[in-house]
Amino acid sequence: MSLEIIGLSKRYGHGVVALNDVSLHLRQGECFGLIGESGSGKTTLTRCILGLEPPSSGRILFDGVDIARLGAAAMRRMRARIQIVFQDPYASLNPRMSAHDIIAEPMIIHRATLGLDHRAQTDRVVELLGLVGLGAQHLSRYPHEFSGGQRQRIGIARALAVNPELLILDEPTSALDVSVQAQVLNLLHSIQQRLGLTYLFITHDLGVVRMVADRVALIHHGRIVEQGDTAQVFAGPTTDYGRMLLAAMPEPDPDLSPYRRPGSPQA
Amino acid sequence: MALLEIDNLHLAMRSFDGEAQVLNGITLSVDKGEVWGLVGETGCGKSVTGLSVARLLASPPARYFGGAIRFDGQDLMQADEATMRRLRGRRIGMIFQDPTTNLNPVFRIGEQMIDVALHAGATDPAILGLAPGASSRARRRAARSLAIRMLDRVGIPKASERVDDYPHQFSGGMRQRVLIAMALIGKPDLLIADEPTTALDVSVQAQILQLLYDLVGEERLAVLLITHNLGVVAQICSHVAVMYAGNIVETGDVRAVFKRPAHPYTTALLAAVPTVHSVRGALQDLPGAVPDLIHPPSGCRFAPRCRLATPACTQALPAPVRLGPQHSVFCHAVTEVA
Repeated sequence: MSLEIIGLSKRYGHGVVALNDVSLHLRQGECFGLIGESGSGKTTLTRCILGLEPPSSGRILFDGVDIARLGAAAMRRMRARIQIVFQDPYASLNPRMSAHDIIAEPMIIHRATLGLDHRAQTDRVVELLGLVGLGAQHLSRYPHEFSGGQRQRIGIARALAVNPELLILDEPTSALDVSVQAQVLNLLHSIQQRLGLTYLFITHDLGVVRMVADRVALIHHGRIVEQGDTAQVFAGPTTDYGRMLLAAMPEPDPDLSPYRRPGSPQA
Repeated sequence: MALLEIDNLHLAMRSFDGEAQVLNGITLSVDKGEVWGLVGETGCGKSVTGLSVARLLASPPARYFGGAIRFDGQDLMQADEATMRRLRGRRIGMIFQDPTTNLNPVFRIGEQMIDVALHAGATDPAILGLAPGASSRARRRAARSLAIRMLDRVGIPKASERVDDYPHQFSGGMRQRVLIAMALIGKPDLLIADEPTTALDVSVQAQILQLLYDLVGEERLAVLLITHNLGVVAQICSHVAVMYAGNIVETGDVRAVFKRPAHPYTTALLAAVPTVHSVRGALQDLPGAVPDLIHPPSGCRFAPRCRLATPACTQALPAPVRLGPQHSVFCHAVTEVA
């Protein structure tokens, strides 16, 4: 798998430029972090990669094939190779579908590609539940019977159902509490190790991305303003925006706070 | 005596499945110039603690069955609604999480701020800078200029023009500033801020934290900051109280608690936050789930998930163990070690 984005721009009516000459290259097996604040264009970029928005100009090459030029049938086959986990597990699961049906649905949609019959689908759902730390006892339960962390596990199992090569993780833990976030981040890491997936990890949480990503890109007003190895970018951002953003990251260490008053308690 | 004293507060909330024991004896005091972080995960009771101080929980379903809340010596549990109305928006200001839903979309922001200013001015005419008995037109004019001054104070550029804009004409960060301006218009002594930066980008969050920091320094404001973001607490708070399932489990000055956490829950919570030193795939997580508060575990509510738990832990709620001048922990295991 390789994903190469070359000079991608997306303009909407009224002169809105959502993406401006974006170029990125994701390598097989890496976790690539995309950092951006609201309105930076990260969601538009995701939608372009998934073929949900046609780019205004530029190319998105998945293993050398331009996604924007694919016909409907070929695009459908392509979507089995690129899957997404959404931010809010409370909103992204259909409340009227059981865990089994939620996870099996992509297998039905991509039946032509996967060729799984009904029974094989259920076996695969059980396997996927095991992979994300749930079990066969959860098959017939509905989303409201799960906690936030468990729901996100179901979202991950659903995304994995069609054996994708690239997983887009769109703020997968920002709706979760910190201890649950830790569980989900650990799970995503072990899945990547086992299945050799490539991750595009989209987030505004700098602490999370610093830990999970091999390389990162900063997107601001639709432009990539900074890109490189994670440690390098965090150690020495080269742009004003990069410096400002990294300085604004609240580290969980009182000694690193810019707001300490003289005379405040010293331990 | 501190400005705000919450003493052994017990609260139950009626639900379809039974009565949930939401607050199980909260004791906390906040003084002028202190910024207290109230942290914990979803459902631990931090927001209801803030709402209780402002007496904004309807009863029923809320039922207070023990404890007291004293604000400047006055018992708020005994206060009637008229008394509370005089305090809210005047001596006690509140900011809530989502700036998009807390402003009325069909009124200009100036109009909404003037309402608050007039309300605060009705209790204390000095807030508007007027002598008692000023005409309603004079009060309105003074309220408007106060609203503009407050918008300017929180860093809204061209405040005298923006005061006539509608909420949708402001960005998320600007709307949060408007809400802060509104909460500060009555010159409160205590500000209750419930997740004030959670919906905002980090760069905007930094601006809001700077603003809070300046206000605390200049006005000697007391702040109760409710959040689940430990980074924000480490940055801005002077003190912190860690909550779990309706109890405060550890409390103290922020440096003591973050540098030498004593409660197993505090330790686990801090270890779960990714830092420079975190190893990918080996972030420490906390097994188990928060307890059902309709049938809470007996004794220490954290015991079922605690790696240090002994049979004694399920017998009784732990008493506070003092670890420093301003650092206490509620844990049986710590008592035994010390």
